Amino acid sequence: MSEFPKSAKCVVIGAGIVGNCLVGHLSKLGWTNMVQIDKGPLPNPGGSTGHASNFIFPTDHNKEMALLTLASQQQYIELGMNNTCGGIEVARNPERLEEFNRRMTSAKSWGIDAKLLSPAEVKELVPFINEKIVLGGYYTPSVSCVDSLQTGTLMRESAVKAGNLSVFANTEVLDLEVENGTIKAVVTNKGRIETEYVVVACGVWSPRIAKMAGASIPLTPAVHQMADVGPIDILQKTNAEVAFPIIRDMDTFCYERQTAGSMEVGSYAHRAIFMHPDEIPSNEASALSPTELPLTQDDFDPQMEQAIELMDMLGDAEIKYAINGLLSLTPDAMPVLGETVEVKNLWSAAAVWIKEGPGIAQLVAEWMTYGYPHLCDPHSSDISRFYPHEKTEHHIYARCDEHFNKTYGIVHPREQWASQRDMRRSPFYPREEAAGAKFFDARGWERPQWFTSNEKLIKKFKTACEDRPHEWDARWWSPITNAEHLQMRESVGMVDLTAFNEFDFTGKGAMKFLQYMCVNNVDVEVGRSVYTPLLTPAGGFRGDLTIMRLADEHFRVITGAFDGGRDNYWFRRHMPNDGSVVFTDMSSALCTIGVWGPNAEKTMAKIVTGDHKPFDVSQKNFPYGAVRNVLIGGVPCTMFRISYVGENGWEIYTKMEHGLRVWDAIAAAGKEFEIIPVGMGVYAVTGRIEKGYRLMGAELESEYNPVEAGLARPKVKSADFIGKAAYLKAREEKPCAIMCTLEMLDQTSKSGLKRYPTGGNEPILTKNGDRIVDAKGRVSRVTTAGAGPSVGKYLLLAYLTPEHAVEGNELRVMYMNELFPVRVARVGSQPLFDPTDARMKS
Amino acid sequence: MSVLAVIEHDRGAMTSASLGVMTAARNLAKQMNTKFEAVTIGANADRLSETISNFGATTVHQAHNSMLVDYGPEAWGESLAQVVRKSSPQVVIGTGTERGHEIVAQAAARLDLPAAMNCIEFDKDFNGTQPLKVTRTRWGGSLLEQAAIDAPIKLVTLANHVVEPQEELAASPATVSPIEVQLDESVAQSFVQDRVERVAGVTLATSPVVVSGGRGVGSAEAFAPLEELAALLKGVVGCSRAVTNNGWRNHTDQVGQTGTRIAPDIYIACGISGAIQHWVGAMASKNILAINTDAQANIVTKAGYAVIGDLHKVVPAISAEIRRRQAK
Amino acid sequence: MNILVCVKRVPAPGARINITNDGQQVDTAFLGFTVSPHEECAVEQAVQLIEKHGGDVTVLTLGPIEAEEQLRTAVSTGATKAVLVPIDTTDWDPQKTAEAIAKVVAELETANGKYDLVLFGNESADSCGYQVGIRTALKLGRPIVNGAKGLEIEDTVAKIRRESDAGVEIYKLTMPACVGVKEGINLPRYPTMKGRLASKKVAVAQSKVDANSGGLKLITLQRPPERVSNTVILGNGPEAAPAVVDLLEELGVFK
Repeated sequence: MSEFPKSAKCVVIGAGIVGNCLVGHLSKLGWTNMVQIDKGPLPNPGGSTGHASNFIFPTDHNKEMALLTLASQQQYIELGMNNTCGGIEVARNPERLEEFNRRMTSAKSWGIDAKLLSPAEVKELVPFINEKIVLGGYYTPSVSCVDSLQTGTLMRESAVKAGNLSVFANTEVLDLEVENGTIKAVVTNKGRIETEYVVVACGVWSPRIAKMAGASIPLTPAVHQMADVGPIDILQKTNAEVAFPIIRDMDTFCYERQTAGSMEVGSYAHRAIFMHPDEIPSNEASALSPTELPLTQDDFDPQMEQAIELMDMLGDAEIKYAINGLLSLTPDAMPVLGETVEVKNLWSAAAVWIKEGPGIAQLVAEWMTYGYPHLCDPHSSDISRFYPHEKTEHHIYARCDEHFNKTYGIVHPREQWASQRDMRRSPFYPREEAAGAKFFDARGWERPQWFTSNEKLIKKFKTACEDRPHEWDARWWSPITNAEHLQMRESVGMVDLTAFNEFDFTGKGAMKFLQYMCVNNVDVEVGRSVYTPLLTPAGGFRGDLTIMRLADEHFRVITGAFDGGRDNYWFRRHMPNDGSVVFTDMSSALCTIGVWGPNAEKTMAKIVTGDHKPFDVSQKNFPYGAVRNVLIGGVPCTMFRISYVGENGWEIYTKMEHGLRVWDAIAAAGKEFEIIPVGMGVYAVTGRIEKGYRLMGAELESEYNPVEAGLARPKVKSADFIGKAAYLKAREEKPCAIMCTLEMLDQTSKSGLKRYPTGGNEPILTKNGDRIVDAKGRVSRVTTAGAGPSVGKYLLLAYLTPEHAVEGNELRVMYMNELFPVRVARVGSQPLFDPTDARMKS
Repeated sequence: MSVLAVIEHDRGAMTSASLGVMTAARNLAKQMNTKFEAVTIGANADRLSETISNFGATTVHQAHNSMLVDYGPEAWGESLAQVVRKSSPQVVIGTGTERGHEIVAQAAARLDLPAAMNCIEFDKDFNGTQPLKVTRTRWGGSLLEQAAIDAPIKLVTLANHVVEPQEELAASPATVSPIEVQLDESVAQSFVQDRVERVAGVTLATSPVVVSGGRGVGSAEAFAPLEELAALLKGVVGCSRAVTNNGWRNHTDQVGQTGTRIAPDIYIACGISGAIQHWVGAMASKNILAINTDAQANIVTKAGYAVIGDLHKVVPAISAEIRRRQAK
Repeated sequence: MNILVCVKRVPAPGARINITNDGQQVDTAFLGFTVSPHEECAVEQAVQLIEKHGGDVTVLTLGPIEAEEQLRTAVSTGATKAVLVPIDTTDWDPQKTAEAIAKVVAELETANGKYDLVLFGNESADSCGYQVGIRTALKLGRPIVNGAKGLEIEDTVAKIRRESDAGVEIYKLTMPACVGVKEGINLPRYPTMKGRLASKKVAVAQSKVDANSGGLKLITLQRPPERVSNTVILGNGPEAAPAVVDLLEELGVFK
């Protein structure tokens, strides 16, 4: 055994599937002098990997998770650790059959072979199933069982053999030392290692370890119950580890997976049972392992009844092993990856399940090596996505409690959280509540999606307010949105945009710093603004935002609620530490109202003044893109002439405490124009999609560059910026994918009902029903879907390959496993509605 | 007034555990400044008095009754109870064996006295007048209990292998004190009625070499190389509880707290992690060699010697090496 | 046949048993509980006997109210009735336990008739007292043999096999009788799912009794000193074979 090292380039804590695959990938990417430690013994140190059920169902509606899972399965295959057995999700309820149609659609997007089965066909593949209680099956032949322990061992050993890694088991972390905000050393019971990087890949223990450095990894250990029952004749006779397809009994939230002669029954149906990382027993004190806790039998009994109902043979099999297995849950059910926001060079690779482990290890290794992953955009797993209130145990427990039973649930793409609501309210909340706002959650903010007070407008705009006959399409949606949209386009509307994040950068170095961060030139006149993408080093989208120049050395960055945490981190991570730039997060100090529509200018003209004098709000004095400090009803405000909905008007910023007064002033001034409050249904969907505006996290992801998104400006600034080289290269190449607006030609399904795709990665297909995959392997799929009330069409945004990105070209969209004809309406960034942007600028 | 050692024997043959008990009884008697006495049950044990003398007993109580031919727990317990009533010892020490526990428990029940089994230590300040503080094992030795026996006569058994036997001749040979114990029908039933004598050869409990396999062996068939190595070493094969639970081997091969406790010259543990259940049964081994893929496995860290590697490759290699040397 | 099996609820610990701060108990915060292994085998043996000869198996435990869990486990593996003797601590001393059980057995027998067999575990996994069965049997006035690795019924006689260094000993007790059973007598079955679900429906009778404390008093529990071993690594993989054989020669194994 080698001497315990005093220093290392990188210390990876944890030897589960993630830590093991991570050291393997880092080694491949050229990392040397690495140390991996785990407090448990090898090859099974006692974490969640050791008791995982180790199967992979590849279909996922979420693109990031689907790509990571497929990449992982590929790695298991390459290591010879993938045992394909097939898997069938079975339905007991009719809603589940609908969900299977949705799964067929996602499978098509990601190129996964899948098939719907009748109960009899299920029985053919799984002869011991009670097909009488099954309504149908969703069959994926590529479902597999993997050997996660052996995979981890091979990956770890590959790094050891390459001479890049030394491994120490039974080594417990006692402390993490931080110096000047940067990780400095790992203190263990075997000694102290000074190190440049530390990765926390400790699964359920991760929060405890990160906390030693003052960092937060928001996850909780939670119980997943499983039991091994057997021996069972029909399984024994197969003489195989797994010969029958794995069954997921979706409506009871259970699965049945053959393990040699026995059947493993697992459940996500019981009450959510959490455990604090500090309470997990040691290896020595555990009867089985720290994460295999004694089964709380009462919780499991209902699942046993349901399992027997599905497979009678299970009833007489002996329960040989039954545990409350611990796994990691996060508030939004996604992993927690990336550098911690609190401590530089301290990384998290946590809340990862077996099915996505190797892929995530690759992703994190790339992230550490290249500054951003190449495998796929990690934005929904990015540790910096969390706002402070989302990192509390209170929030973690509340949200995990809510989503645990949705593990096998049917979750609508627009589904709203029920718990942890009312965490953040804008000053306009009382007026919105009075107007019957239907609030949606935006990272804690209560944002009106539509207002029931506007219901009367549906009559006015009757023909353009679609009635969605299918409950699924109408869920978390209202035709009022269309009415609000049209009233705004006809007269004027006001939108609560308080959930925006405002980051102020001041100081001598502010301009230079922002130039380095942004694609577009930020060196504009004071009182002007700039829209700009932020790029990854590889030239993909890392952010997209606007910047106002408020003074020579004062810039204000405006970004959305869903990207605020990530952008906050990205800026601060790159900020010079010489004091030349001062960062101030103004998000909780400022509120924002958007006022837009043909009568917006008339409305604002009534109430906007300068100091002791009138103020001219006309385009002439206050052109598009300009920023002005004014008084509104005597309240100091900053007005920014811009629009995300394609109408003349402003974003108006003021201090939180002034907000309500400004709101009331605008409402009063707009009364003669029948001003209405307008919800996010217009701002984020209908208004935006008619204008073809791209959204970070939907159209804009790190896989795509500004050229493909149609956001490349004619010239490139001379200053250097992150991703510049890649951006320049992309500008020289012909894009192999182009963002397009498509219109649905016929929405009537076979059932005769008109359908409205929700915009959840539905594939865009050729007329023959073939997938469209570009030269870089990216698939054409719907990134946003929504009504275009002013253009009278249901619209979709999607990247298409050049041969398909032709106006008038007819294609198909798959929705709920049915094909609908669509036509390319616009190629690139030119909008369908008001193509010359005349309305915004006059 | 005395410390009374209960001599365990099988049809007149003293068991090795009795030697430790006599040593412990003598030491305790010295500490208490009292006499060390012993009791044998059955006339066929009368001949043990010489051995007992060699350990320094002053008196040997010889319980006699025509029923006392073979072993019978209730008859033996009743006999011991009668000897205790007659000789009034302060402490009674039995062997920490199946029979020892049984006899002492039987006597304690009959005398309505408490009893503490598997003691490893007695209060150094005990002088016979106060409750006796003992340290005894629980959980098969994984935990120790400090307990007090508060009774006029303290009944205990001494955990096996705890006290090294040491002879110590007394000034004069032990006085033999026969006693005709009264036994009735109520204890007549539970004598050994029949026996199946063990065929000659080593047993798991007595073999100087044990080659043992755990979960890592993988199947019943995969024990073949272990059998081969055991045969070359003239030893026997043992296993862990995981193995018997999987049905790969019979429970009689199980080493552990609820299996057989062994103390061979060398214990070769192959693919055994060393869970407490198992360790308790193997820890008395004089030497332990662990063969395990995991250098950090519990058994490896506790063993004197280890080979890190796959037992399926290492065990056949050892057998091959032995054969190679034997061929020379 | 009418068989009573006395079982004890014990924690299922790992390699290291933690003790509560007051030193009075095993820290069971994250441990499961089980029936003490010898008694698990006693239940199995009883169930096998009634499967062959017909009858009832009653399981009885003296323990905290939570011990109902162990009774239901026994029922789920084939016991037919369950009786809990509730106590407000985890454990009584052996004399007190035996007195209480004997009283309850007498009560049960008055109501339901005599048990042909009363089975105990050879010793409990936790306190390892080796005496409750023997004391109870004496109070019941029935013969008892411990260490049973075999138990069959021939007419009115219980035939017991017991292992010793010399071989196998056979005991024959005329029923009613008591037997202390040892692990290895059988391979106890695990509960089936159906068994588990059915066991929830079985009523657990409660029989509260008091008894006199005995003379053995727990002072404190402690962990034995850790045995530290400086393991000599003889090598890695098959290449270590010569070093192993050298060691065996050194230890005199081939003499």
